[in-house]
Amino acid sequence: MLDLTPAEWTAVALSLRIAVVATACALPFGIAIGWLLARTNFWGKSVLDGIVFLPLVMPPVVTGYLLLIWFGRKAPIGAFLDSHFGIVFSFRWTGAALACGIMGFPLMVRPIRLALEAIDRKLEDAAATLGANRPWVFLTVTLPLALPGIIAGVVLCFARALGEFGATITFVSNIPGETQTISSLIYTLTQVPGGDAAAGRLVLIAIVLAFAALFASEWLARRASVRFHGE
Amino acid sequence: MLAVDVEKQLGALKLGVRFDAARGVTALFGPSGAGKTSVVNMIAGLLTPDRGAIAIDGTVLFDAARGIDVPPHRRRIGYVFQEGRLFPHLSVRQNLDYGRRMSGRPHEAAEFDRIVALLDIGHLLDRRPRMLSGGERQRVAVGRALLMGPRLLLLDEPLASLDAAHKREILPYLVRLRDDAGIPMVYVSHTAAEVRRIATTVVRLDAGHVVAAGGLELIKDADIDGLD
Repeated sequence: MLDLTPAEWTAVALSLRIAVVATACALPFGIAIGWLLARTNFWGKSVLDGIVFLPLVMPPVVTGYLLLIWFGRKAPIGAFLDSHFGIVFSFRWTGAALACGIMGFPLMVRPIRLALEAIDRKLEDAAATLGANRPWVFLTVTLPLALPGIIAGVVLCFARALGEFGATITFVSNIPGETQTISSLIYTLTQVPGGDAAAGRLVLIAIVLAFAALFASEWLARRASVRFHGE
Repeated sequence: MLAVDVEKQLGALKLGVRFDAARGVTALFGPSGAGKTSVVNMIAGLLTPDRGAIAIDGTVLFDAARGIDVPPHRRRIGYVFQEGRLFPHLSVRQNLDYGRRMSGRPHEAAEFDRIVALLDIGHLLDRRPRMLSGGERQRVAVGRALLMGPRLLLLDEPLASLDAAHKREILPYLVRLRDDAGIPMVYVSHTAAEVRRIATTVVRLDAGHVVAAGGLELIKDADIDGLD
């Protein structure tokens, strides 16, 4: 059944790599922004809230276009990152990861924020009276208690990154071996005569990966819940 | 010795409390809403007074005039909360060990075993807090506060969330603690019978002010009928 051509395998491996990198890089920001939104009040909080959720409601092509004009090689942020850190996004798989990370970010932040809001702050007070300073309270009480929400956020972001199409293809195009993910390869295959069989195989793989992500999240969430609430 | 002299505006209640607590158990006794919990929260550093000072054995923990406010994690004051507040994601053993780990002190098996035996919680060590009864949970909470090596122990209505049978179960442990551990305690309660069992000194609070301070004679039989 899975008689994939090397080009198709490349696209599958690339998709996984992009989704993993995008999710891993988004996670620290997701926790930080989720914490800011859940726990602090500052001027411009609703603006930040809006910006974070913008990729969810904007057409993905618009997100991709904005990335192109900001993170392109000659664009302000892109040129700066290239000359100072040697980081290039345009037409690279790293750019695809950036696009996927941004598209998945709102889905990651929301459950983390909700989990942080649901934590009983009195437990953090108790930790403080037991000698834990604020970073330790965060690491030993807040983060573990927010774990189910963090897992949910990671899985949603990963799944979104795996399937991202519009922003990625607008920002970094559709280059085999570099930026051609499962989604963009399926798109390519549907544009050529006789590509239906190959497209069908990739569609099947996309479905299997999505299911695997869902099952993994269910399993992890159940394990976390057993740890917290007993058997 | 603990010296408290604090003022704070809490909504409509103007709290102004001044008392000293020496060795033994000092009960903060009074009706609900008298400001008892606010006072212990200020001693623990969880609530900041508007004015005044708090010192323990000559060490200033808070002094509004001098701008001193030692954060709770550096006060070394054990706090047993009304609802226990055990960490649900940690086992009983890890809960008991939390204070020691946070202060970076080495594990002292003898001290651990002594307090576990004192509170009779040895058979619970590998359980999660969710699997404990209310009485067991409060005993673990007392153990957790003791094992951080506190210079003062605050107990905020530690029996209030328990039914009568569990109250009778816990009180002897607290009395034993008072007689054995030698750590000064501040015990918040609105229940006269409880205060009579455990306290050595009584500070009566009403509407945010100390109305009387002294020995157990301050607990009248009328209190027992009226408040129990």
